[in-house]
Amino acid sequence: MGNVSLVIMNKRDNVATAVMDLESGLKAGTGDGREINVKESIPFGHKLALQDIFSGQVVIKYGEPIGIATKDIKTGQHVHVHNVEGNRGRGDKKGDN
Amino acid sequence: MYITWKATEAGETRKGTINMQELLGFWRPDGRVGIRNHLLIISSVVCANRATELIAAAVPGAVGVTHQHGCALIGADKDMVYRTLEGTATNPNVGAVLVVGLGCEGIPAEDLAQGIAKSGKMVDYVSIQKAGGTMGAVHAGVKIATQMAEELGKMRREPFGWEHLIFGTECGGSDTTSGIAANPVTGGVSDRIVKLGGTVILSETPEIIGAEHLVARRAINPELGEKILDLIKRVENRYLSLGVDFRGGNPSPGNIAGGLTTLEEKSLGAIHKAGTSPIQEILEYAQCPTKKGLVIMDTPGHDVESLTGMMAGGSQVAVFTTGQGTPTGHPIAPIIKITGNPKTWNSMGGDFDIDASTIILGQERMADVEERLFQYLVEVINGRLVKAEIMGHREFGISRISMSL
Repeated sequence: MGNVSLVIMNKRDNVATAVMDLESGLKAGTGDGREINVKESIPFGHKLALQDIFSGQVVIKYGEPIGIATKDIKTGQHVHVHNVEGNRGRGDKKGDN
Repeated sequence: MYITWKATEAGETRKGTINMQELLGFWRPDGRVGIRNHLLIISSVVCANRATELIAAAVPGAVGVTHQHGCALIGADKDMVYRTLEGTATNPNVGAVLVVGLGCEGIPAEDLAQGIAKSGKMVDYVSIQKAGGTMGAVHAGVKIATQMAEELGKMRREPFGWEHLIFGTECGGSDTTSGIAANPVTGGVSDRIVKLGGTVILSETPEIIGAEHLVARRAINPELGEKILDLIKRVENRYLSLGVDFRGGNPSPGNIAGGLTTLEEKSLGAIHKAGTSPIQEILEYAQCPTKKGLVIMDTPGHDVESLTGMMAGGSQVAVFTTGQGTPTGHPIAPIIKITGNPKTWNSMGGDFDIDASTIILGQERMADVEERLFQYLVEVINGRLVKAEIMGHREFGISRISMSL
């Protein structure tokens, strides 16, 4: 508890990267002094939501959009391919927009 | 019985007598400078691969380069393959070249040798059909190659400046640690090289998708900025025509296992490796830079094809950042491997040159790792072998834009 185990790349980000394996129920510290209640186990290198992100909302890392949430994501939950889709390189969606 | 042997830090015994900042390399007749002095045996066509391998195996120190192309090619696709072969041979890390061909191929060995000869370096060729088959070509080839090896042994390293260095940047087997540690560290070194007057290549066009607005903003003029945006659009559209999500191809399954969720996320981390300098120009695959400073080369995200393109464009050395771990090297250039992932460093550190995982573990500052990488680069330029060279990694792969006929 209190250890910095989350890296935030930019202050605009709504996700942080785990720099150790995090178990559900832990409190994970960020470099800027925040503590996030971890809601799901987050493997090393994976992302966790710093705030509630609603389905359709933009996921931000490096201060830039990295994709769109496809489900509602609660603070402390795992953010990855099961709940985020990219907007780029989507040959499967060609012509949809 | 065990024989104990203690490795000493490189240069330790000579500290104080050698200026490690001085760069020493092999000056070539075309004014370029190599940091290695390779004897290259290269096939002009896939049919000559076996003869190429046999010649290279018979001459200690020779490097054999084979590939699956050289025939049944047309148009821009043929040009790109030719440019890659000629560029690899004219790379200043190569001191002498023997081209091995078949005799009826689309890229004749003689033509390729004549193209290489314009650089002024030692070059010759053998053709299997004229030399009496594989064994005849091997016999003739070994004779030529041994003479070349003797000449190469007479060459000496001499001082040269950073303005002669073309530094390639590459990332592969990326994960989220790449964008946090290994890429920013490499970016810091890239910026230093540009400030010293050298050239840095940002490659892997698909891994700029999603970050192109940040890259285009750094172009030296608005026209080049537009060209960067056009390039990304063109490359994205080329793959979009396949009608599938890039995910699975890029980011790859390993990237995803390592925490990278989308192509945009991967790209935003990847662009860090080339630093923050203004962008001077866009190069075609395997094209030599015409400007100093940071340039973009249009290569695929495929690591081996990307490295092959940069080295064919005259790059003498590259830094390759990895998260999940990859051992890739190159036949004629040292590829310095760096990882920011502590698990990867612990499990396969023997494949890597620089441990940047100390950043994530909070043991070392980014600036200190950058300094370590820079000093290591200077040693490698001056002849220190990187892990990929020691282990004999010589991966070579030519990118294609069309199908074989």
